[in-house]
Amino acid sequence: MAVLDVQNLHVFYGQIHALHGVSLSVDKDEIVTLIGANGAGKTTTLGAISGVLPVAEGEVSLDGQPLGKIMPHDLVKMGIVQVPEGRRIFGRLTVEENLGMGAFVRKDKDGIVESRERVLEMFPVLKERMGQVAGTLSGGEQQMLAMARGLMSRPRVLLLDEPSMGLAPMLVEQVFGAVQQVRDQGVPVLLVEQNAFMALQIADRGYVMETGEISLQGSNRELLENEDVKRAYLG
Amino acid sequence: MAAALPSEGMAARIEALRRITFVDVVLWGMRILIVFVVVGGTIGTLIQGRYTGEQWFDNFMFGLMIGGVYALIALGYTMVYGILRLINFAHGDVMMCGAFTSYFLANGLYRSGYLDAHPVISMILIMGLAMITCSVIALVVERICYRPFRHIRTLAPLICAIGASFFLQHSFRGMYGSSVRAYPDPVWLEGEFEIFGFGIPYTQPFVILIALAAMGALYLVVNKTKMGTAMRAVSEDRDAAAMMGIDVNKIIVFTFILGGCMAGIGGVLFCMVYNQIYYFTGFLPGIKAFSAAVLGGIGNVPGAMLGGFFLGVVESVGPALFLDGVGIRAPYQLRDLIAFTMLVMVLIFRPQGILGERLATQRA
Ligand SMILES: Nc1ncnc2c1ncn2[C@@H]1O[C@H](COP(=O)(O)OP(=O)(O)OP(=O)(O)O)[C@@H](O)[C@H]1O
Ligand SMILES: [Mg+2]
Repeated sequence: MAVLDVQNLHVFYGQIHALHGVSLSVDKDEIVTLIGANGAGKTTTLGAISGVLPVAEGEVSLDGQPLGKIMPHDLVKMGIVQVPEGRRIFGRLTVEENLGMGAFVRKDKDGIVESRERVLEMFPVLKERMGQVAGTLSGGEQQMLAMARGLMSRPRVLLLDEPSMGLAPMLVEQVFGAVQQVRDQGVPVLLVEQNAFMALQIADRGYVMETGEISLQGSNRELLENEDVKRAYLG
Repeated sequence: MAAALPSEGMAARIEALRRITFVDVVLWGMRILIVFVVVGGTIGTLIQGRYTGEQWFDNFMFGLMIGGVYALIALGYTMVYGILRLINFAHGDVMMCGAFTSYFLANGLYRSGYLDAHPVISMILIMGLAMITCSVIALVVERICYRPFRHIRTLAPLICAIGASFFLQHSFRGMYGSSVRAYPDPVWLEGEFEIFGFGIPYTQPFVILIALAAMGALYLVVNKTKMGTAMRAVSEDRDAAAMMGIDVNKIIVFTFILGGCMAGIGGVLFCMVYNQIYYFTGFLPGIKAFSAAVLGGIGNVPGAMLGGFFLGVVESVGPALFLDGVGIRAPYQLRDLIAFTMLVMVLIFRPQGILGERLATQRA
């Protein structure tokens, strides 16, 4: 049974029909990537899953349980957390406070301390910067913090929106290494990326999105070798 | 070549002059006038030597005291602005409601002699009642004026809040009449003590210490608790906060309650300073506290505290210091003018306030 299962999702912005029946799934121990051109609807898909956008039609299930209409903060409690595009860390809060906000929905003090140790092990750069104001971190560090903050809620699945955006190639590699670590720690990842080649390198499977629909799906090998994908996204 | 340079320089200078608009001239005129009044007035006053050191000290202490009250009320404006990016124009009247309600309790305790006999318990009860009343009314204002418009960009909440302000004033007028009532004056605040030859009325340390204690407590709540941290997170990026599982509505409610509590304490202290209460009591301290919040940088918590004290001291020392020296008679009648001149000056010359940052740089 898939950890995250999305069936026939439709989303509207006013009159604009942004998603026309998107279906996808993420299994245990998987990195699944969602690639596609600008404006294809990748962010919209994540927003609909995490509850920050209203879903007109379709269903999202977590561990086989259909979720229905649930407020975003309850979805975080249930284990779906989105790391937004552009990182959106709280720049005026310290690194430590940012991590604390990631764990906002949790009440188990000991568990939070334990999670914090786990994410700091995963992102050691943050360890020396706990007291630093997050806005002063470098772009790469901010992305690490954004992921670490997301993981603090101890999610069942992590939705990552363009973690490589605006980062130098070396940092992109670091970030993608971190994404693999997240998966290895037992949290499956739905990874939205513009950088299709890099994303397919670390992903197990992928979906290609075009104007609000899934146009293609397959294992990373299949997609990397697909002529259309090569032409459109891999250059 | 050498001959061409000066004329190029001239051309550039004329070009620069041409770019100076009428508004620039007016603004510079205002700057010069303010500097003239402040510097000239100060020198004039000091030369005349009409005021004694004791009077200066009195003015300064009174300014600190009333500034502490402004600071408490200003916190409500600034915190709500931080979260909603809107001014709660009903805040001054929310304060009045708390103070007015507490008046009945204070009066009862005073008449029975309990207020004089048990100062600590009485003040806890009186302030507690004011804080609860202010919080409840602030929440009603939030529910009616702000929440329905949460997802719409419109001026409706502001207009609605101004309406709520009139509604609160006139419902208290309707219920309790328009006469000014004497707020009880406990016996333990009568008289003064002496330090370095200066007499200090007991009311002043009483008000200042309570205001500082309340602000210290608020500072801890905002900076050290989970809800306070969430408040700062929501004020920075509401959508990202929602994605982290923070219930934004709950945080907004929390913010209005915090602001209400500060207004409750501030309202009781204000009434104890002036020993009076009526339905319009909230208006002037409300606008002044708003000015203080803008002065400190709206949205900035330490800024509101600083702005409150600063405004209090300037409006209390200012009339004697600046206005007397430039030959204005009865300068004390102009103290409100000083407060509002400062508000206008800040809005024109430094809209981000003392501690605030430019709104444009907030999100790159
Ligand atoms: N708030 C909005 N209001 C109206 N239309 C929107 C809004 N947000 C997105 N859209 C539209 O929905 C479509 C999908 O947008 P979305 O942000 O999901 O794309 P994306 O695949 O994430 O693109 P990018 O790679 O640029 O991030 C686009 O056509 C976009 O113009
Ligand atoms: Mg996007």
